[in-house]
Amino acid sequence: RTAAPLSCSSKHSTKEKHLVLLRDGRTLIGFLRSIDQFANLVFHQTVERIHVGKKFGDIPRGIFIVRGENVVLLGEIDMDKPCDTVLQQVSIEEILEEQRLQQQAKQETEKAKVTALKDRGLSIPKADNLDEY
Amino acid sequence: MCISVLQLFYSFFKSLVGKDVVVELKNDLSICGTLHSVDQYLNIKLTDISVTDPEKYPHMLSVKNCFIRGSVVRYVQLPADEVDTQLLQDAARKEALQQKQ
Repeated sequence: RTAAPLSCSSKHSTKEKHLVLLRDGRTLIGFLRSIDQFANLVFHQTVERIHVGKKFGDIPRGIFIVRGENVVLLGEIDMDKPCDTVLQQVSIEEILEEQRLQQQAKQETEKAKVTALKDRGLSIPKADNLDEY
Repeated sequence: MCISVLQLFYSFFKSLVGKDVVVELKNDLSICGTLHSVDQYLNIKLTDISVTDPEKYPHMLSVKNCFIRGSVVRYVQLPADEVDTQLLQDAARKEALQQKQ
C-alpha cells in the first residue's frame, strides 16, 4: 500500500477546524491540510486542548504530522454549534496544574486498587500491549 | 485478517448507510450518529453525532460529523429490526468455511 494524500479543498472548507482524538488520550485542534488512506494527518496552527472537569486549556503546537495508527477519531468542528456554554477556558499553567492533580489522584486510586487485589492474591495484566493490531 | 470476511462486513455496513448506529470505541467512548459511509478498512463516517454516555468527553460538543478509524472500533450497535441476523450468520459461516479451504 502506497500513501496517496487526498486534497482537502473539495469537501471540507480549509477555514473549518478539525479535531482529532489520539490513542494516547490527547486532543488536537487545527486546520487539516492533508489526509491519506491510512488516516495520516497534517495539521496547521495546531492547538493541544487539555480537558480537566469543566475547565480546558489550549497549548499552541504549530504544525503536526500524525501517523494514522494513532488516530482514534477525526471530527469537523461546527462553528455554529454552541459549545462554550459549559466549558470554561483557563490559562495553560492552570490547566497543566489541574491535569497534574488529576493524574496524581488517578495514580493513588490505582495504587490502592492494586494493593487491595494483591492482598487477595490477584493481579491485573498491564493494558499497554492489549491493542497491538 | 481474512480478506473476504472483511469484504463481507464491508458490504454489510454499506447496506446500513443512512441508519442510526452507536459506535463504541476501544477507549470506551460511545458515539451515536447516522452512518454516512464505510470503506474497505471498515473506517466509519458518522453524521449528526452525539456522545451517548454522560459527557465525560466534553471535546465532542461542537463536532457534528466525524471519521472513525476502523482499528479503534470495539462494537457497532445496530437496531435489531435493521439486521437479518439469520442471513448474516449464514453468510459469515459460509465465508469462514471458504477461508479454511
